[in-house]
Formats: sequence, structure tokens, C-alpha cells
Amino acid sequence: GKDPNPGGQTEGSKWQKPRLSRKSLMKCCLVKWIIASTTQQGPEWDSSDSDLELSMVRHQPEGLEQLQAQTQFTRKELQSLYRGFKNECPSGLVDEETFKTIYSQFFPQGDATTYAHFLFNAFDMDRNGSIRFEDFVLGLSVLLRGSVTEKLRWAFNLYDINKDGYITKEEMLAIMTSIYDMMGRYTLPSVRDDSPFEHVEKFFQKMDRNRDGVVTIDEFIETCQKDENIMASMQLFENVI
Amino acid sequence: MAAGVATWLPFARAAAVGWLPLAKKTMPKPPVDNSSRSDEILYVNVSGVRFQTWKNTLDRYPDTLLGSSEKEFFYNEDTQEYFFDRDPEMFRHILNFYRTGKLHYPRHECIQAFDEELAFYGIVPEIIGDCCMEEYRDRKKENQERLAEDTEANEAMDAPLPPHSTSRERLWRAFENPHTSTMALVFYYVTGFFIAVSVIANVVETVPCRPPKGSVKELPCGEKYQLAFFCMDTACVLIFTFEYLMRLFAAPSRCKFMRSVMSVIDVVAIMPYYIGLVMPENEDVSGAFVTLRVFRVFRIFKFSRHSQGLRILGYTLKSCASELGFLLFSLTMAIIIFATVMFYAEKGTKGSTFTSIPASFWYTIVTMTTLGYGDMVPNTIAGKIFGSICSLSGVLVIALPVPVIVSNFSRIYHQNQRADKMRAQQKVRLARIRMAKKGTTNAFLQYKEDRDRDSDSTALCVKNKSAFEHQHHHLLHCLEKTTNHEFTDEMTYSELCMTESVGFRTSRSTSLSSQQGAQNNSTGCCPRRARRRAAMRLANSTVSVSRGSVQELDTLHVKTTSIPPQTRSSLNAQADDLKLNCGEQDFTAAIISIPTPPANTPDESLPPSPAPIPGILRNTRATAYTHDTVKISSL
Repeated sequence: GKDPNPGGQTEGSKWQKPRLSRKSLMKCCLVKWIIASTTQQGPEWDSSDSDLELSMVRHQPEGLEQLQAQTQFTRKELQSLYRGFKNECPSGLVDEETFKTIYSQFFPQGDATTYAHFLFNAFDMDRNGSIRFEDFVLGLSVLLRGSVTEKLRWAFNLYDINKDGYITKEEMLAIMTSIYDMMGRYTLPSVRDDSPFEHVEKFFQKMDRNRDGVVTIDEFIETCQKDENIMASMQLFENVI
Repeated sequence: MAAGVATWLPFARAAAVGWLPLAKKTMPKPPVDNSSRSDEILYVNVSGVRFQTWKNTLDRYPDTLLGSSEKEFFYNEDTQEYFFDRDPEMFRHILNFYRTGKLHYPRHECIQAFDEELAFYGIVPEIIGDCCMEEYRDRKKENQERLAEDTEANEAMDAPLPPHSTSRERLWRAFENPHTSTMALVFYYVTGFFIAVSVIANVVETVPCRPPKGSVKELPCGEKYQLAFFCMDTACVLIFTFEYLMRLFAAPSRCKFMRSVMSVIDVVAIMPYYIGLVMPENEDVSGAFVTLRVFRVFRIFKFSRHSQGLRILGYTLKSCASELGFLLFSLTMAIIIFATVMFYAEKGTKGSTFTSIPASFWYTIVTMTTLGYGDMVPNTIAGKIFGSICSLSGVLVIALPVPVIVSNFSRIYHQNQRADKMRAQQKVRLARIRMAKKGTTNAFLQYKEDRDRDSDSTALCVKNKSAFEHQHHHLLHCLEKTTNHEFTDEMTYSELCMTESVGFRTSRSTSLSSQQGAQNNSTGCCPRRARRRAAMRLANSTVSVSRGSVQELDTLHVKTTSIPPQTRSSLNAQADDLKLNCGEQDFTAAIISIPTPPANTPDESLPPSPAPIPGILRNTRATAYTHDTVKISSL
């Protein structure tokens, strides 16, 4: 039959004495705990076991030759990169939390976690929640050794949060807010609440040719190629590795 | 985590490309990086164990030895590697720090050795990882405490009295360290005896004695032999008062002394007697007087000066004050709770002994400490149930803080044992040092004999002395020539001292440790020979070695006077104008001394050589020199 909710969902109606039906009994935490501790440790056992397994899973990257073919790095560079990567992440995978921690170390004054989240998604191309060495190295290859168009494409991919090929104002606002968050509170002049919004407006004015409220990849690349400041600055990070 | 940050920085910089399209201003130029990109493997040879690592690994920490250009000093061109003459076991940990960014402390290693290695490689110990930091800190603190109390013990116990010590200082020292002089020891035992006598008298005077003639009632002995006990009490109190006044007089800081625990105990022990004298024989105050007599039992605490164990116990209780406080507090809480419960549980029964809650306190205490006298017993079932819970919880509450107190006591007791052992070992050490001193000087004197005999300073290959000894002896010889005086040995000097006991002039001492200078009068010479510490007396040289800055190694003090240059042969003759400084001199061997003194003092490193004393006057020769390989220290 109908069992009254012991929590008393109905407001205003008379308080009904909770009846001891089976369903309500099962909702009681004490009962749940007793049942859980007395039943066989079957499902819990397995889950903890599988947790153990997951942590021991090791990811092996593709072979050196394949990576050499896919990226623009030399063999020695790849070796050096992998040694550093493996030293930091012995399991071969970087999950999002670790990534956020690492990236936040470089921006101690502000909060870099949101931007790190977007960055993580930009690197994690197959969307499995962790960056493997291949993703890492492919991303770096584009950023450091790729052509200007490739770099711009990568940037577009970063801004396009839902990867649907269009940058909307909301997406851009999110990105901009996260970038301004990295600055922290103590800046000169101080970051006003609408600074990101203003910045987004300026961006859209520049990029959105057809004023449809979104920026497509072609608009983006075209506009950037026309801007000589941007083109000049693309060469800046060539020598990072 | 410097390593991690360094690895990821290029990645973070690369990701900055994402900001470029959004930038409001132009980007700054990147820094020029001139360092060679290619990574190479470095070879590090530590006492034969070869380590190899990437150059980048070492470069992670540029403010350490291995990460900076300082390691170039250790580069061996022939073998193309960096050679360190250090412990390879420790180096393993150091290198792992570079590799992983975490420094671990190996638990089986000596803390000082580890610290030295860290200091050598330029690594601050603060970066030890959390996993090992606690252990490291604990060991370090323990080591420091041990060193502190060892040096303290050394200084306190055997420090010689400064010669200017007033009688007051001597008196105080006699009181604090009874074994320094026989008088003090006698006094120590006498006071101990009288404390015992006093305590026993207090105890015995309450024992019922046979009733005196003509009476049936038994009297306590105190009333039967009232006069005898009174005399004994008076004697004891006189002794204690005398002791207290002497201590008060001798104390360096009277206020501090009066505030100290022992002094308070002394006062409390003797005050009742005086108050009893002063107080009139009044019925009203006799009750108070009786109470005062109770305080006489405090005399037993005076024994704590005589017994180290008692002092340790007192110190333990003091250091466990918080645990004891906790015990007391929790007990009080439990007593109140259970007393209340028992009272209300037993309220109804007729003739119940639980008349009130405070009355139930007694029951609760007796039950919780599992005494169970049985004078108050619950009758109701509820009472019995709560009574059993009470006794069970009592055991628990009392058992909890006790192990803490016990472990504290054990630690302090062992510390004291160690201090005693150190003191005993000191005597052996001193004996060895004396032997070493003798050996070295004899070696040098032998060298001089040979030299004079052969008149050829290079013909010394008869004795197989090392290059070190040769150079050392040459150095001492240079010093002799500088000051125009010669070294000699104890026998010669002491014999001279004895023969010159009459007609000494006040010795003019050129010593730089002037504290021992001016006061040294001639009469002080030979009686001082009775001092236990070896006094090496050297005639014939103005060499005086001031106390070099040697930590924890004794220095050789050679006190000399200005004496006109004499050859050895003239020592046999009685020289009237021989001024010998036979003052109070303390000699200790210098094993390694760092030169801080002015010009005419030598540094003596003494390689011990177990040779018999070549008494110059006797002209004996040691037949064979066997040199120990120990060069530096025989400590």
C-alpha cells in the first residue's frame, strides 16, 4: 500500500505517523548498514579490488618511430620528453586533478583550475579523462613545431568548449573569465567584474565577420592571419623545448 | 617539488599559445636560453662506486654542490669523471634526491654522519620529505640533547676550581659535589646519618613502650623517654639548621636558592621545632602544635639530595604533570558520576550506608581503585549493576595514563645512567690522554737526544719515523730556536722543582693564560703534585700553550717561565736563579689544536707512542720505538 514518507514531504497536511512498512524500513540508514555489513562482501570486494587494479594499470606509449612520424620532434627530443613525463607520472597517465595541480603551480596568485580544465580538454583529444604521453606529445608538437594555421586551429579547439565547431559568446566568456581568474586579486589596475565581458565583446567585434553571434574556424583563422601582432607572436614559443 | 615544476614548465609555456589570439597587448620576447640542449650522461665516482646520471638531473638544484659549477673542482681529467672521496652509501640517498625531488633519511645511519654529508653536498636538511622528517627531527634532537648534557656533565663535574675562588664558592662547590673534597664527603654522610636518625626517632616515639614503674597504662615511647627524644630532636635540628645556613651563605644567588625545592624542604623540616619552642604550653594551640609535628616527616625528603633515584622520581612526576592532571581530572569526573548514580540507586533501601552523595564518593573511590573495603556495599540490583560498571571503568581510567608516566621515568632514568657511565669513562679517557701526552713529548725529546748526539739533524733514520713525525719535530725544534728555550719532560722538571723548594722567587710567568699566572707562588709547587690530574711540568722553556680553540679535545697546557737558556747537562747542577713556575698548572693533551695563540706557542699534535720515559737525567734510551698507526687521536 501507500507508504507515507517518513520525512514528511507534504507541507501543511497533518503529520502522519510513519508506518513500519517494508519500504520505509529499507530507507532507514541503520537497517541499510546492518544489511551491508552482514551480507557477503561480494560487490564491495570486487570494487575495491578493481580500484587496486586500476591504479596498477600502466600505459605504454606507442613506439618511438610512430611518434616520430606523427610529431615534428626529433628522436632525442622525444626521449627527453618521455623521460621527464615518466618521471612525473610513472603510471603513464595524467588525470585531470593532477593536471590542475601541476598547472596551478605556475600561477600561485590566482586560481588556475578552471583554465586548466579547458586546457586539459584541449589536450585530451580522445576524451577518456586522462592525458597519455601521445596526447601530450602531439599537443606539444602542434604548439611548438606546427605551422601557424595548425596553431590557430589548436587555439580554436581550446576556445570551443563543446567542440561543435563554433565559439559562442558564452564559451568565450567562460574562457575569458578563467584566464582573468588566473590573475588573482592583486592586480594593477584591479580586474573589474565586467573586464572579461568587455574583452569578449572586443574579441567578437574583431572575429565575428558576419555578426551571427558565433565565430567559426574560418572566420577565426582568417581574422588572425590578417592581424600582424598575432602572427608575430606565434613565433615566440618556438624555442621552448 | 622543483623537479616537477621544471619538467612541466616547457609545457605550460607551450600552452600559452592559447592566449595569443586574445592578447590585448603584444607579447614580450622570450628569454634567450644559451645552455646546450642536448642532455649528456655524467659519471660520478664516489670512493670507487660509479654513479651515472643525466646532467639535467643534477641541474635541477643549482644551489647545491652537484648542481653548480662547484663540482668542477672535483673533476678528474684523466678518468673523465667527478671523483668524491666520500661515503658511497650516503651518496645514493643524495643522488636519489636529485632524481625524485624527495630527500629521505636512512634510519640506520648515524644522524651526524648524514648531516655532514648533507652539508658537504650543499643540501639543506629542511627539504627532507614528510615521510622521513619526523624521524630525522627526533634523532637530531636526541643527539643534541645527549651532546649538551655530556658537555654539561663534563663541565660541571670535573671543572677545576678557578684559582681565585673565594671560600664561599668553594663551600658551595663542596655542597653541590660532595666527592670533590673529603670534608664535603664527611659532611654529606653526617647529614645523611642525622636525617635517618631523625626520621627513625619520629617513628619510634609513637611505638608503645612498657609502662613506667608504678603505672599500668602503656605509653608511647615518646612520652616515656621524653627528654631523650627531645635531646635527639634538638641535635638533629641543630645540624639541619647549621647546614641550611651554610648553604644559604654559600649559594651564589640567595634568592634563587631560597626559592628552590630543596631549600623549602629544609625549612619545612626544621620550622616545626622552632615554632614548638616559641609556642606557649597552651591547651588551645596544642592541637596546632600536633599538626606541626607532622611536618617533621618532611625530613625524609632531605634524602633526595643523597639519592639520585628520588630525584629522578621527582623529576619524572614533574615532567608528567599533564598526564597526572588528566588522570586526576578524569577520575574526579568518574567519581562524581558514579557517586551520584549509586546514591540514587541505593536511596530507597533501609539502613543504606549511602547517606549522601559525598558519602558515596568514598564508595566510588574504593571501588574504582579496586580496593573494595566492604564497609559500603550496594544492596539493590541497580546498585550492584552500577557498582560493577564502576569498578570496571576504574581499572580502565587508571590504566590509561600510567604507561606514559612509566615510559617517561624509564627515559629519564636511562639518561642518568648514561651520565654516570660517561663520568666513569672519563677517568679512563684521561688516563689514556696522559699516556699519549707522555709518549709524544718523549718522542720529541728522543729526537733531540739523537740530534745532539749525532749533531746531524738529518741522521734520524735509525728510528723509523714517518714524514709526519719528522716535520712535527722539526717544527718544535724551530720553536725552541725561536724562543731560545728547550723542551724537557716531567721527570726532570719535577725533580728540579723538588730540589728548588727552598728559595723560590715569585715566578714570573710569561704565560698568556694569566689566570694561572700571578697567584702562583712557590709554596704551591709540590703539594699540588698530589693532584690527581697529571701536571706535566716542564722546565727550561718559555713555551706556553694557551688554550687553543679545540672543541671537545683537551689541549696541552705547558706552563713555563722565562729561564735563561740552559743545556741539558746544566740541569744537573743546582741553579740558584732557576725560576720555576711550579704553580698550579693544568696540563691536558692537545690532540688537534687550532692555532689561535700568539707567536711563541706551538701547536702540538701528538702521535702517541708508547715508549718509556727517557729520563734525561738518567740517560736511558728507549730501545725500540713502535709507532702506533694512530696519528691523531687516541681518545
